[in-house]
Amino acid sequence: MIDQSKIRNFCIIAHIDHGKSTLADRIIEKTGLLTSREMQEQILDNMDLERERGITIKAQAVRTVYQAQDGEEYIFNLIDTPGHVDFNYEVSRSLAACDGAVLVVDAAQGIEAQTLANVYLALDHDLDVFPVINKIDLPSADPERVVNEIEDVIGIEAQDAPRISAKNGINIEEVLEQIVTKIPAPTGDPDAPLQALIFDSVYDPYKGVIVFCRVREGRMSKGTTVKMMATGAVFEVVEVGYFGAGQFIPCEELSAGMVGYMTASIKNVRDTMVGDTITRMDHMAAEPLPGYKKVTPMVYCGLYPADGARYGDLREALEKLQLNDAALQYEPETSIALGFGFRCGFLGLLHLEIIQERLEREYNLDLVTTAPGVVYHIYKTDGTMVELTNPSNMPDPSEIEYMEEPYVSAEIMVTTEFIGAIMELCQERRGVYLGMEYMEESRAVLRYDLPLNEIIYDFFDALKSRSRGYASFDYEMKGYERSELVKLDILVNRDEVDALSFIVFAESAYERGRKMCEKLKEEIPRQLFDIPIQAAIGSKIIARETVKALRKDVLAKCYGGDITRKKKLLEKQKEGKKRMRMVGNVEIPQKAFMSVLKLDEK
Amino acid sequence: MEELGIYVHFPFCVKKCAYCDFLSGPAGAGTIRRYVQALQEEMALLAAQYGRLSVSSIFFGGGTPSILPAEWTVEVLEALEQFFQVQEDAEITIECNPGTVDKEKLKQYRQAGINRISFGLQSVHDRELQLLGRIHSMEQFVKCYKDARAAGFSNINIDLMSGLPGQSMEDWKETLKQVTDLQPPPEHISAYSLIIEPGTPFYGQYADHEELLPDEETEREMYEWTAQFLKEKGYHRYEISNYAKNGYESRHNNYYWTGVDYLGLGIGAASCMRGVRRKNTENLQFYIQNLELTGTTLSDIQIEEHVLSETEQQEEYLFLGLRRMEGISTTAFAARFHVSYDTVYGQVTSRLLELGLLQQQGEWISLTDRGIDVSNVVLAEFLQEE
Repeated sequence: MIDQSKIRNFCIIAHIDHGKSTLADRIIEKTGLLTSREMQEQILDNMDLERERGITIKAQAVRTVYQAQDGEEYIFNLIDTPGHVDFNYEVSRSLAACDGAVLVVDAAQGIEAQTLANVYLALDHDLDVFPVINKIDLPSADPERVVNEIEDVIGIEAQDAPRISAKNGINIEEVLEQIVTKIPAPTGDPDAPLQALIFDSVYDPYKGVIVFCRVREGRMSKGTTVKMMATGAVFEVVEVGYFGAGQFIPCEELSAGMVGYMTASIKNVRDTMVGDTITRMDHMAAEPLPGYKKVTPMVYCGLYPADGARYGDLREALEKLQLNDAALQYEPETSIALGFGFRCGFLGLLHLEIIQERLEREYNLDLVTTAPGVVYHIYKTDGTMVELTNPSNMPDPSEIEYMEEPYVSAEIMVTTEFIGAIMELCQERRGVYLGMEYMEESRAVLRYDLPLNEIIYDFFDALKSRSRGYASFDYEMKGYERSELVKLDILVNRDEVDALSFIVFAESAYERGRKMCEKLKEEIPRQLFDIPIQAAIGSKIIARETVKALRKDVLAKCYGGDITRKKKLLEKQKEGKKRMRMVGNVEIPQKAFMSVLKLDEK
Repeated sequence: MEELGIYVHFPFCVKKCAYCDFLSGPAGAGTIRRYVQALQEEMALLAAQYGRLSVSSIFFGGGTPSILPAEWTVEVLEALEQFFQVQEDAEITIECNPGTVDKEKLKQYRQAGINRISFGLQSVHDRELQLLGRIHSMEQFVKCYKDARAAGFSNINIDLMSGLPGQSMEDWKETLKQVTDLQPPPEHISAYSLIIEPGTPFYGQYADHEELLPDEETEREMYEWTAQFLKEKGYHRYEISNYAKNGYESRHNNYYWTGVDYLGLGIGAASCMRGVRRKNTENLQFYIQNLELTGTTLSDIQIEEHVLSETEQQEEYLFLGLRRMEGISTTAFAARFHVSYDTVYGQVTSRLLELGLLQQQGEWISLTDRGIDVSNVVLAEFLQEE
């Protein structure tokens, strides 16, 4: 029986790049669960993709044992949370499994927009938050300023915040001690009816769905018959256990206060919704734990296999990804240009890119992705309302009374010198200025309402480039507002390419149409004949470019020693053709379908 | 008569040219001497493997083969004659750079049996020669050319380059005019469009600055004008970049494009022998040291050995054969591969004929002028699906 008072369930929250994963590594290292030799560089981020992007995308957990200065052994359950705004939902799932949070703030950069958003989210979940000042060894570090900033802006006590360098292992002990002293032990009665919160899950081909949960009340062990309170599904527990570093370690039972996993030969993920409460048949809880917010996709796009024959593989891959990613949605759709595929819903653009990369990398699929769009509300003259997720399904304008598009409320934190530039950007993106607050002399928070449609297109990049990287950004959904919108079609060699159609603010249509044609002119390689590219609203052409016919593609020399190399060149050329889509007589490179995304790049 | 080409690579030059991506560089006399020795060891190994093969063409290429002392070149040729049965009328070519040969050297070449010279002139304008990093002037070339004629060479090729940075149409016309005005004019001209090859100084300068090169339209005009002008001067284009007076097509070149076997000696040299392609090491020291040891075998100095499948042989027959203006013969194809041409390539051929990229006259299929301009697109079509 594990002593509840010796358990600490916590997470680390931080703005991206402030050193969350590095601190997690140090905590795991210092608690001695693993020898240094076993340490991978970043233990929590065990997906390739995360390591390359330097961000954490999938909530995970690890259990370590810490010998505190009071001579007692404490069990730390460190639950990792993602740092990007797209994953607020996953953050909230993870937070609900914790009792406290370590807030990491960069000693040089101070508080950023995501720092605030994450802290508020943690406080919403009633977590005790204590700050840690990281990167004190940077030449530009100013820990005292940051301490004051934390107290002024967030309003939590920060004078005794550990000043650390996670990278160089400075003062990590102090963090460990404060985890013991400042984060409360879990409460809950092991003999009460079982209530365990599902905060994540992974699919294992041998064990079925592995459900990550936090036991709030009661207990479960092998053989317990459990029920998922929302879905009503009933299972017999096969195994319970906790999280070693990168592995699952079975144990006797999970009881109130513990964080761990359970398996029950669960084949269908739809039975184990994240956010659901697990209870036991023989000792049922009266009601489920307060749930998570239900997530709805914000951004939709079409995903198509480059090779039409792999449609089934794509469906299977999406099914598997959905197992681990409750936010991902998809349904079949058909495009004239791209064939059979899926319309998929995502939390945001980063989420989209990550799924796309995982499909390509882990499932070895070549994908064609269409331009992402948001969900529009169309109010028709017959009084009905339809939600439009695919531009191709837009009704005839004569049937439309009016349309609405989603807006977000955004907070942009920026150093004062760039306020002008950022305001200009928000203006260009149809932002509605709400106000500005100075946090200190040199920094301010700008508040805007922005159409979501305008921020899914490279807004983040534009923000960074116009503030030389100093602006940070966070947003939440606000609701729908009426807007003048039109469907813009693209014609290549006079054929409409359905996969390139998109919905756009009426006043921006000419500009976007022109840019789109220019961009496609760059993307579509010259072919054996001239190819006109046109943008049209209805039957009206509003922009045109021409891809001139290929003039020259010839090898001047080819002798004995060259043959192998030249043949490879031709093979590459032929291979490149395979990555093209035939639309009419025109070969369109698959990445051209994504090019609308990058219209503002210079 | 049996046909077999031998290519001998000399990876040495006075200094690297700015556009050159061949396996070549400056080296000391000691290294060159050991290399000459190593070449003879390789010949001995080849003779041991194949017996004394009958040879109808020899090509000394580089690099700059002519920087060797004439005696060494002669020594290599004599060794070839020892290990191979060099046919009476074999074409024996050496590449020479102006500035590395004199009357005496040329005379020795001729006496030893070399009967064809290929001069790397590239341009008649000293400004362009400097830009290319060439070591010679036009004046030096003219002297060498006269010396070669005086030494008894009656089959001379001149390499020229179009599409150079800053080159105008007029500059190029002037180069062709001066070259065809030589007395007597060269029997053969290779006129290449500049290729910006990765790893060369030109790549760094021009790969991302195409605006510094003649635009595509001008470059193609140069090409078209070349064919027309040289035709008037009595040269016919027999391959994309090669022109010859009647009876002076390079036998050696044609071997590569028509699927005749050839052996390559020296570093980086490629062979295609009885359906097997091989390539030697590109490491000079490795090559020399191995051949200085006893017990070395041919495979020790090779880095590549690839048995060409029937499909690959067909593909190469097409993408090399179509470089020749005459094109390929469907009858010859059927005789060589024991399958009708139409079975393998009927579909793709009729599509390309329709697009005006190929033309057909009886059994002969060849590129049209438009087909030449975009020949990579056309030739890639002849690669078969695996």
